[in-house]
Amino acid sequence: MSARSLRVSGLSAGYGETEILRGLELAVPPGRITVIVGANACGKSTLLRTMSRLISPHQGHVLLDGKSIHRMPSRQLAQTMGLLPQSPIAPEGITVADLVSRGRHPHQRLFSSWTAKDDEAVASALAATKTAQLANRTMDELSGGQRQRVWIAMALAQQTEILLLDEPTTFLDISHQIEVLDLLVDLNQVRSTTIVMVLHDLNLAARYADHLLAMASGRLHIAGSPEDVLTEETVRTIFGLQSRIITDPISGRPIMLPIGRHRTEGDNA
Amino acid sequence: MTATTASMSSMLEGRRNRARRRQMVMTILLAMIAALFLLTLMLGQSFTPPAELARVLIGEDVPGVSFSVWQLRLPRAVLGMLTGLCFGFGGAAFQVMLRNPLASPDIIGINLGASAAAVFAIVVLQWNGPLVSVLAVLAGIAVALAIYGLSFRNGVAGSRIILVGIGVAAMLESFIAYTLTQAPSWNLQEAIRWLSGSLNSAQLSQAVPVLVALVVFGGLLLSRSRDLDTLTLGDDTAAGLGTDVAQTRIIVMVAAVGLISVATAIVGPVSFAAFLSGSIAARLLAGNGSVLVPAALVGAALVLLSDYVGQFLLPSRYPVGVVTGALGAPYLIFLIVRLNRTGGSL
Ligand SMILES: Nc1ncnc2c1ncn2[C@@H]1O[C@H](COP(=O)(O)OP(=O)(O)OP(=O)(O)O)[C@@H](O)[C@H]1O
Ligand SMILES: [Mg+2]
Repeated sequence: MSARSLRVSGLSAGYGETEILRGLELAVPPGRITVIVGANACGKSTLLRTMSRLISPHQGHVLLDGKSIHRMPSRQLAQTMGLLPQSPIAPEGITVADLVSRGRHPHQRLFSSWTAKDDEAVASALAATKTAQLANRTMDELSGGQRQRVWIAMALAQQTEILLLDEPTTFLDISHQIEVLDLLVDLNQVRSTTIVMVLHDLNLAARYADHLLAMASGRLHIAGSPEDVLTEETVRTIFGLQSRIITDPISGRPIMLPIGRHRTEGDNA
Repeated sequence: MTATTASMSSMLEGRRNRARRRQMVMTILLAMIAALFLLTLMLGQSFTPPAELARVLIGEDVPGVSFSVWQLRLPRAVLGMLTGLCFGFGGAAFQVMLRNPLASPDIIGINLGASAAAVFAIVVLQWNGPLVSVLAVLAGIAVALAIYGLSFRNGVAGSRIILVGIGVAAMLESFIAYTLTQAPSWNLQEAIRWLSGSLNSAQLSQAVPVLVALVVFGGLLLSRSRDLDTLTLGDDTAAGLGTDVAQTRIIVMVAAVGLISVATAIVGPVSFAAFLSGSIAARLLAGNGSVLVPAALVGAALVLLSDYVGQFLLPSRYPVGVVTGALGAPYLIFLIVRLNRTGGSL
């Protein structure tokens, strides 16, 4: 259903004069789950910020259906593409329901009033993230993991065809991480939402990605299926880490075992 | 499905409660403004009963009363209310935009910029009337831009703006004090007006520019208030929700500076009026919707109340800015101590 094509071409962008992304080229397969991995500070968040128009490119374009998003009205773009940033801020005293309602912002006009459709979008986002029972609590009263699920609910309430998420599993314990990732898969399968997310856990990235992108210093290092991308070679170049790749018996996807200086067989220290 | 319906009804219930609370806060504030307005009209050196006041206001000449109502009390009440609205409105816009209660125009030097320009225009250039307001607005914008420029380093951080602004404010204050000493007819009344704000020389005709500012700049702010509210979630989230962050900042800044500067050009930089109004409104609402209009109402109530207190309830007469200053200073210290304790950045 969703056949929005999202592509980044010759993209250079950064902060002031400093260039972080340098001639980045990549394509996001429509209706699939794309996961971006890469070392700290390689420019993953900067890429998502450029894709959501917070940063204007020095060169190149982010193209949605072939049109540069930096020439589109922001509100129109936000009806198609949503973003959950790495460190969103909750205003003091805001309730969960109010925060999730903010996700409807791009669908509202200046003096238009709140509609039943908005209520439905908010309620279903709360239900999907299992935060409905928190609706009337304030954000300050929640645990880090609960808060993260509320932020995801806000992004869901935006009801966009493309959803960008910057480390959506931070602060979550392992079962909630899996729950959030499964939720995103549901969203992808039921609504054909195109998902682009940054994950730090390579094994979860390989398991959940249809398409895996590995970035290194502002450029795309390699893109493709998890089998093609998650190799000992990639881990070495991107993270400077020795590793062994085996096959995950649960998913059949590759799984990475890091090899450090200690705690390996034969290390007696 | 039933779970969704159940959560939906509890969500709607919660929203109704919060809307009711917001409505209540607004109603109480409006009632307070009306009461303080009437108090200012009725009770000065002498008491004017409501019936007599009504006769004066519809144009009857009541000896002894007409003069004090039309020339003294009405200008005070009208200008106190209108400039209070401006200070509260503009102050809250800044605080929301920079996500920090200390980022209020009266702390970061914008009021003093407008005040300095007004003093310069009146004392040195010997201007008067609307021209002074225009210059004050331009100076307010210039100071805002200067602070913005000085704090700009890979984007603007709220805390840098505050620190730079406090420095700029100190410089402007000494400029005002120096210029006032050069005035041919230097007097303490004027000096206090331009340094801390006073309604003592209020005239009814001055209400016109303030009203115009409220309509033009206030309207501009309201048209952006939804976008402004998304900025409280952080720039990244705001951009993701379709807010043009840079454009919203500029429009909100121009509108807020306009409100503050016009009000300042007339009653002076009423100390901490903007700072207190925004903070009090935020407390009263506790995250319950946009703070702009409630802050404007708090501003009007605060200026009217402080002026009344300064005139009649203290052992000697103090101008409004001295009273708001005395209220604002401890709150400022409280806020800094609290930020320090919670380890929050400025
Ligand atoms: N607001 C900013 N102003 C200036 N430089 C910035 C800003 N945000 C990020 N940077 C710099 O840009 C580079 C890339 O940062 P970015 O946040 O995109 O990295 P990342 O890949 O998301 O890293 P992480 O995995 O730690 O989140 C870093 O060197 C960082 O210091
Ligand atoms: Mg990041």
